[in-house]
This record gives sequence, C-alpha cells and structure tokens, in this order.
Amino acid sequence: MSIDLSQFFEVFFEESFEGLDAMESELVNIEPGTEDKETINTIFRAAHSIKGGSGTFGFTSVSDFTHVLETLLDQIRDGQRELTTEYVNLLLKSVDCLRTLLRALQAEETPDLEEANELRGKFEAILGMESTAEPTGSSDAVTEVAKNTYQIDFKPKPHLFKTGNEPLFMISELGELGEIETQAFYDAVPDIHQLHPDECFLSWRFFLTTDKEQSAIEEIFEWVEDDAEITINVCGGIFEDAAALSEENEPLSVQKTATQALVSPAGNKELAKKVESKKSTDSSTSNSIRVGIDKVDSLINMVGELVITQAMLSQIGEQEITESTITALQEGLAQLAHNTRDLQENVMRIRMLPISFVFSRFPRLVRDISQKLNKQVELKLLGEQTELDKTVMEKISDPMVHLVRNSLDHGLEIPERRIAAGKDPVGTVTLNAFHQGGNIVIEIMDDGQGLNTERIRQKAIDNGLIQAHEELSSDEVNELIFMPGFSTADEVSDISGRGVGMDVVRRNIQALNGSVEVSSAPGVGSTFTIRLPLTLAILDGQLVQVAQHTYIIPLISIVESLQIDISKVSRVGKDLDVLRLRDEYIPILRLYDIFDHQGAIEELDKTLLVVVESDNHKVGLLVDDLLAQQQVVIKSLEANYQKVDGISGATILGDGRVSLIVDISGLIKLSGLKRPGSQELLVEQHGTEVA
Amino acid sequence: MKKILAVDDSASMRQMVGFTLKKAGFDVTEARDGSEALSIAKQQGFDAVISDVNMPIMDGITLIRELRNLPNYKFTPLLMLTTESGLDKKTEGKAAGATGWIVKPFNPEQLLAVLKKVIR
Repeated sequence: MSIDLSQFFEVFFEESFEGLDAMESELVNIEPGTEDKETINTIFRAAHSIKGGSGTFGFTSVSDFTHVLETLLDQIRDGQRELTTEYVNLLLKSVDCLRTLLRALQAEETPDLEEANELRGKFEAILGMESTAEPTGSSDAVTEVAKNTYQIDFKPKPHLFKTGNEPLFMISELGELGEIETQAFYDAVPDIHQLHPDECFLSWRFFLTTDKEQSAIEEIFEWVEDDAEITINVCGGIFEDAAALSEENEPLSVQKTATQALVSPAGNKELAKKVESKKSTDSSTSNSIRVGIDKVDSLINMVGELVITQAMLSQIGEQEITESTITALQEGLAQLAHNTRDLQENVMRIRMLPISFVFSRFPRLVRDISQKLNKQVELKLLGEQTELDKTVMEKISDPMVHLVRNSLDHGLEIPERRIAAGKDPVGTVTLNAFHQGGNIVIEIMDDGQGLNTERIRQKAIDNGLIQAHEELSSDEVNELIFMPGFSTADEVSDISGRGVGMDVVRRNIQALNGSVEVSSAPGVGSTFTIRLPLTLAILDGQLVQVAQHTYIIPLISIVESLQIDISKVSRVGKDLDVLRLRDEYIPILRLYDIFDHQGAIEELDKTLLVVVESDNHKVGLLVDDLLAQQQVVIKSLEANYQKVDGISGATILGDGRVSLIVDISGLIKLSGLKRPGSQELLVEQHGTEVA
Repeated sequence: MKKILAVDDSASMRQMVGFTLKKAGFDVTEARDGSEALSIAKQQGFDAVISDVNMPIMDGITLIRELRNLPNYKFTPLLMLTTESGLDKKTEGKAAGATGWIVKPFNPEQLLAVLKKVIR
C-alpha cells in the first residue's frame, strides 16, 4: 500500500507554526528559575511534535535540528538541568530558525542550513554531545544471510495476556520468516479448578529455518522480553568462529531494536528530494482563515431564516392583491430587511479575528528590544479579544511595531533615570484595543518621559517645518512628529529611526481610512491612539449631492459641514477661493468643477461646504446638498473598471444607482493644491499672504 | 471491521495514522489527548489503541494505565508512539500496561507492519 504523505504536509506546517508560536510566547514569559513544570512541558511538547512530524514526513533537516532542542528540553523537564537565560535566548533563536526552515520547506525550497547547524553546534556543546554533522542515521534494514536453523524457547509468564500481546500472532509472524516446526508444552497447565482463564500456562519450542538474521527473530519478541523467558540458539549452519557462536548463544537481550531498523531514512530521504525538486509556487502567507464553528452555525441559521422569509413572500405574491396581502407583504419585506442586515453583519464577522493575532508578536519584540536597550519593560496587553477585519489586521501590524519600538526607544527611560525621577525602574508599555462605535481603537501607551515638546519644536524650526516665531500649543507641537523627515532621537539608533518616520505610520494608517493621534504629558508618558474602521469592505459615508449626481464622502474624514459666510472668502491666485474659518484658511474645492458636472449650484452662499481633513490638511468640498449618512459597501473600481483619480471606489445605492466614493487625499492632489513631492498645500503659503 | 482508537495531539500525525489505518480497512476513531481518548474508550470498545506519549491534559502513559485498569481493556493491545530517544519511556509504558511501541518516525507501511503483531 502506498500512501502519498504530501497530503498531510499542509496540516503539519500549520500545526508546526502554531507550535512555534506557543513556544515563543511561553519562552518570552519565562523567568529563569521561577518557571513552572507545565510551561516547560508545553515548550517540550511543541518541540517534540515538530520533531515527530518532521521525521515522519521526511523533513530530516528539521527533525535533526529539533532533536538537540528536544534533548535539552527533556533534561530541563526532568530537572537534570536548570533553565538559564542563555538557554532561553538560544531556544528563542531556534524558534526563529525553525520557522525559517519550515517556511522554506513549505515553499518547496531547499532550506539554508547554515544557521541551523550553527545553533545545533551550540546545543551539542551544551549537551556535551559529539558533533554530528550527518543526520543521525539508523541501522540498515534486515539483511539476508545464509540459512540458519534456530532453536527458540518461548516460555511466557502467566500475565502475558494482560499486556495485550498474543502468542498466536507471534508464532504466525515467526512462521513468516521461514520454515517452522513447533512444539507446545502444556505440562504447566493446572487442574481445571485452578485454571485461570486470564493466564498463560503454555510454552513453546520452535525450530525455525530462515535466511533472516537473528535480529528479525528478536524483533518479534521485543515487546515481551520482560514477560517471557526467551532463548534463541543457533543449532545449524556455518559459523566463522566460536566467539560469534557464544555471542549468539547468549540469552536474548534486546539492545539493538529491530524497530530502529524499520525506520531507515531511505524512504524519507527520497521523499524529501521529491519535495525539494518541485518548483516553489506559493508563498508562506496563508490566504485562508479559520472560522469558529459557532460563526458558521449562526450563518446557516440566518440563511434558513432568509429562506423562510422568501417562501413567505412568494406565497403572498401568488395571492390576489387585497389590502391584507399588502400589509402582509410589508411585514414580509421588513422581515427580509432584518434578515439581510443580520446576515450581512454575520458574514462580516467571519472576516473578523481577535487582535491577539497582532498583539502576540509583541512580547517577543519587546523582550528583544528591551534587552538591546538595557531597559526593563513590562508589556501589558489589554482587549486581546477585540475583533478586527483580517485585512486591516495585516496592514496595521507594521505601523504598530513602529510605534511600540518608538515607545521603547524614545519613550521609556533607562532604569537609573526612572529611579531618579521617582518611578518604578520597570517601565510599562500597554497595548489596548477596544471597539468604539463602528471603529476599533488601539492605544499604545508608555509611562516614559513623554514627548519633549521643546526639542520637537526646535527640530521643526531647524527643518523649516515651522517658523521660529510661530506660537503653537503643545498638542500642535506633538502633531509635528507626524511630519515627514522627523526623528526625535538625538542619535539614530538601530531600533527606531530607520529612516521610516512617523509620517509613514500616519500615511499607512490613513490608507486604511484610519487616524492616529498622540497625547503626551512630560514625565508621565505618551499615548498613541489609532482609530480604524472595523473593516475595509464597509464604510460609513456621507451622501452628498453634486449637480444631479450623488457622491459619498467617508464620514471619518469629515471635520464639519457649514454654510459659507461669503464675506470670509478671499480669492488667491487665479481661481482658488479660500475661506477664513476661525484661524485657518480652508481652500474651497468645487466638486462639480473637478468632476466636470454641469448644472450644479455655483454661488458660494447657496451651497454647502464640507470641511474634510486628510494628511493633516483641511480642505472644503463644495456640494449642492447633504443627503443621508449610511453604511456603504465598497466596490473596487480598479477591479471592475479602472483606477480613477480622486475616487477611491464605488457603491450601489438603494435605488440601484452607482455612486462614487471620494478619495480625499487623491482629490487634493488632483486639484493641484499640492505640488508633486511637496507635503505642504500651496494655499498655506497663499494663506499667509491674504492674511 | 476491527476498530482502532488513534490518539495524538498533533493533527498531522493523527491524520496520517488515521488515513493509513482506514485505507488498510480498519475502523478508526481519533482523539486529541489522553482524556478525550479515555472518555471515548469508555463509551465503546476498541480492538486496539495507538497513542502518542507526550500530550497535553493527559499523557499517553497515564492513558494506558487507566485503560488497562478497565475490565474491557484487560487484554486489548495498547500501543504507544514513541521517539527512539525515549528508551526509559518504553519501560515506563510497559509498566503502565502497554503492549508495545512504535518508534517515531515511521511511515505508513511500518505502522501497518507493527500493527500486525497484535491485530490480525
């Protein structure tokens, strides 16, 4: 029977990655010396499973490497060795290394073994093992030798049956090795009154003529060596010397287990080769999601409801139309609306995963960085079960890493400084996630020194971002860190300040229709607050009228909507109007002009201005009227048509018409307010002129 | 059809063992750990149990000890899946009442060959 083992690979990889994640999170939390047995057990089991699986499925590079890991863990588990920080660090490195190996194997590439071999050498040095460059091979399969006749005495102890072994099967197996002659001794069988049916009283003598080695016979009795008296003697055949004879005459002692021979890696190697030779096709990112069975059940439930409502409606449709059928029809439609909404919500829930998927990578990150910086940090994770769309989750991970790095590097002080400031030497970084309205809010808080407004201000002046005479509130100063090319660290370290600034963080978050803000108190700490829509598939939109068309403006970017006070409008340049709103100058973008529609209201005092904000800049969009606010399902224009500047997508309204969703930052670019490559709106320079 | 209970916390091993045995004509029930296996074993009879040793909640050795003490499993072949490094595990397993062991890693053919020692 041949079974294609490759069908189990995907499950193996998946569970191995899960195992590695589990190992990592346990290792990160471990305090050497205070670890409990279950923690070590969990780590051991993960390594053990990976070793077992990789061996079975022919990934020898992984199983060889895991073997040394497992051996060390086993010794720690048995108390022969104490867990030290050095071991923890080494084990963490091994987790990374294994992950790399497995990813390569998953992508059907030949893994790079350099790091693995180096780490393995370190483990072997710790274990005092001899370095084994070659994978630990097993003995060869049973080889055939010249025919011998063996005399085998097999005298089971009475309890043999209770081990689950069956002499009959062993005898049959023995018979398969060659020609067999059997004698049974039943003199030990007691009188019927004393006979225990549970016990074995029979014993046997076999004469087996076979061309197999003695080990093949030993193998058959391997499991019962303690439960029977077994002697195997050669009583025929040619012997080369007496030593061999006496050795073979010794009572069976199963040292070299033949089952080991069974596990010859030959077949596995072949398999590994086959795997390696295949072209790499897929990447390691998985496009599947795991959905809880409860979510699927509730979906099925809802579809059931929908079917019932549909049946009800079609039944009404067949009846003659009277006043009562109209009432019933209305009720049915209301029911249908209800069902559809429920179904929509639940389908969206399927894409939702707990944010712990992102949070889980931080303990390791914080550990590594704090070690590097010689800072003591405690990481607190709150709201890990808060759910978030999978796509949003994937994209928010990097900005969050950046913010956390920043908090560790710039926010938290070194222990001495903390003690001097009367604080706990151990700094705290807290990640908190919660739902608020249709948004998810992620907070990254540290109890460090807070943003240094003076330094930020100075830097902004040096970089020409603000003028030296400008008076800014501390919040406004803090906002400056999101400006391009800003790094608050006095020296660029390898932790943060890798040339990727906070402006990139903000831009990435805005690309998700989200926002990021900072609040900070000197000496107390700072908090970064990320606000994101729960999903990218649905957006809260403000419907606006432009000529005879309906456009949608994302609600999250709207600051306010107002009627224009014509006396506060000034014209700058050739054709740009700006509105003086409180202390700001808001450029007015005429949507009808940008999208080239005829018949819109052109008089500024008869229209409405929707003030929106993007990339820190406010602009006013001129619209004829504000319509409803509603959730809209985003349809990609690129997928269905082509990319259109100033438009981020489309949706279908209740009446079946297509409505376009305005892309604010694209619009600003399109309108020519921003010079290519410049981060500043042209109008802000004009603004000072008209002032 | 002979019934076998396969116990392993690793899904891929469980699938591999289950698939191999089913293809060889056995009726296979799978369990994820010792305690799940024990409660299944108490509800229905099996002709053999194949169990991993290292598992969460209840390990394989404990499972074998518990099973062997049940009247229905007095003579049932109870096999454990072990790694070659676990020689003392074999002794421990035997003391708990294991019939024998299958050494990891193994391939489907080896699994069936070893199983022939206790089930025919």
